[in-house]
Amino acid sequence: MEKFQPVAGNGLLDRRAFLRGGAALAAAVTGYARAEPLAEAPWSKEPGELVPAYGTPSKFEKAAVRTLSNPKGEPRTSHARTPHQLLQGTATPNGLHFTISHAGNADIDPAQHRLAIHGLVKRALVFTPETLSRYPLVSRFAFVECGGNSAPLFSPEPIQATVQAIHGLASCAEWTGVPLATLLEETGVDAKAKWVIAEGADSPHLSRSVPLEKILDDAMVALYQNSERVMPGQGYPMRLLLPGWEGNMNVKWLRRLELTEQPAMSYYESRTYAPILPSGKAYQFYFIQEVKSFITQPSVGFGMKGPGFYEISGIAYSGNGRITKVMVSADAGKTWAEAALQEPVMSKSFTRFRIPWQWNGGPAVLQSRAWDALGNVQPTRAEIVAQRGVASRVPPPTAFPSQHYNAITSWAIDANGSVRHVYA
Amino acid sequence: MSTPRLVALLLACGTAHAAGPNLGQPLTHAELAAWNIHVLPDGTNLPKGTGTSAQGASVYAQKCAHCHGEAGKGAVSAALVGAPPIKSIDATKTIANFWPYPTTLFDFIRRSMPWQAPRSLSDDEVYALTAYILAQNKLIGENDVMNAETLPKVKMPNRDGFTPRFPNLMPPRSGRDL
Ligand code: HEC
Repeated sequence: MEKFQPVAGNGLLDRRAFLRGGAALAAAVTGYARAEPLAEAPWSKEPGELVPAYGTPSKFEKAAVRTLSNPKGEPRTSHARTPHQLLQGTATPNGLHFTISHAGNADIDPAQHRLAIHGLVKRALVFTPETLSRYPLVSRFAFVECGGNSAPLFSPEPIQATVQAIHGLASCAEWTGVPLATLLEETGVDAKAKWVIAEGADSPHLSRSVPLEKILDDAMVALYQNSERVMPGQGYPMRLLLPGWEGNMNVKWLRRLELTEQPAMSYYESRTYAPILPSGKAYQFYFIQEVKSFITQPSVGFGMKGPGFYEISGIAYSGNGRITKVMVSADAGKTWAEAALQEPVMSKSFTRFRIPWQWNGGPAVLQSRAWDALGNVQPTRAEIVAQRGVASRVPPPTAFPSQHYNAITSWAIDANGSVRHVYA
Repeated sequence: MSTPRLVALLLACGTAHAAGPNLGQPLTHAELAAWNIHVLPDGTNLPKGTGTSAQGASVYAQKCAHCHGEAGKGAVSAALVGAPPIKSIDATKTIANFWPYPTTLFDFIRRSMPWQAPRSLSDDEVYALTAYILAQNKLIGENDVMNAETLPKVKMPNRDGFTPRFPNLMPPRSGRDL
């Protein structure tokens, strides 16, 4: 029974408590409640529904959808946010992967799509989706995160919104495609080239400049997402994948890569994704999505069913590599316990962390904090705000008062079991 | 990526075709022309053509004002004129208080605007709209002509207002950087 002694304040249990102990010991912690008599249900007494050509989730899972910032397609950016509070594991289903489109999702006929690679190369080349699919392909997991994800935490007051509203602009998938190093071997690279300007075939012709070194390191032209063709909202028929780097740079509907000596200073790099600092200067070329974690269960909207056993679970990731450690606190950061990391732990990918928790029914504040393979530690909110400032007023939950917030998120649980977003 | 890998790549490419599938098709400059729209901050790749603020005013009234407001004052879409001081991290960014390069304005209008019909403007119209917006912001004179020579020379007030987050990840600056 020793392992059911809390290892940190407010009832956090050892992350290994249930690995060897088995279910019987769980009863020792939670106690058994008497079950109803079991009966044959209607669906057990007749054949079921027709099997569809393309499966969709149960009609009882209607809540597990993305939230839309621009459902009527008005002339402005559209955001669709991932419902982290309703998901487990680390691979975001393709229909729930977050999308930001600055002018809708381009509707591209793959037979007419082309990818041109030119500029400071030896031979400019153009590829079709069909020819690219014939190249030696590689698969890897990678998260993609908008530079503005989690921006509500720059608000001077904690915004009461779900983890979907606050952190829903990050998702993770297995991407399959052609490494750009392979294609650049065929075009050849002029020694003067330092940047690659990527451009989409969408109506804004969205363009971003990427250092050549990143392109040759681990960038890919992604053709598949979780084994099926990349979704329209992810850039069908192909997107640039820059593992761990700012979402907007992972140019969707990719049609052109131009090798240059200078960056383009495009609209999205010189203006939109350049967060203002308290000094009045702004960061330009942020590149990395820094180490971050947040608790998805329980979180705002979660119905706590009275004192007893709960598993605290969440997501951690870093644009610098693998997650090495996640600590969890149930007492607002006074004491911490190490969470279990679900294997396999992959570089620049979501890592699921879990820790058992015996809630005594009293007030608690849940936090998580992650470390990455380069030794970076997720900052506290006080630390990031000291460096990056606070918004001048409380913004709407869907606004972006600044960008690149990667500090700790705190969920407060009241004695009545409701969960609130707090600063702690 | 390690520098040795880049060097190896450059050497490999110097001579014959690489030993890959080689399924790409050669692309000439002429074939690329319709897509070759990146304008760089030093003016590289600005097209021929010319425009003035007066010419831009009429195109603007016709094709831009219903979203960006009369004289660029803002409506359902952002104001294109004005420079409110940047006093907080959530301050409104405008062309005059934030954008570092005038070339970005030409490049963005040409590739993305008008929102519902991009790539429908002639290069002369894009120069004229650029001139109009810069003149309304008092960043150029009313009668200044914008073309491939004059546009890159326009000084933007916030030109030096930026810093990279991770300087070690920035490619070394080249002679062509401004
Ligand atoms: C249907 C509405 C609409 C029309 C018409 C339109 N725009 Fe826009 N414009 C937008 C939207 C929406 C954005 C924001 C784009 C984004 O953030 O991705 C924008 C952004 C801009 C910006 C960047 C402003 C800033 O400071 O961020 C400029 C410059 C611009 N438009 C110029 C023009 C010009 C010139 C025209 C006329 C040729 C035009 N627009 C017509 C909707 C419109």
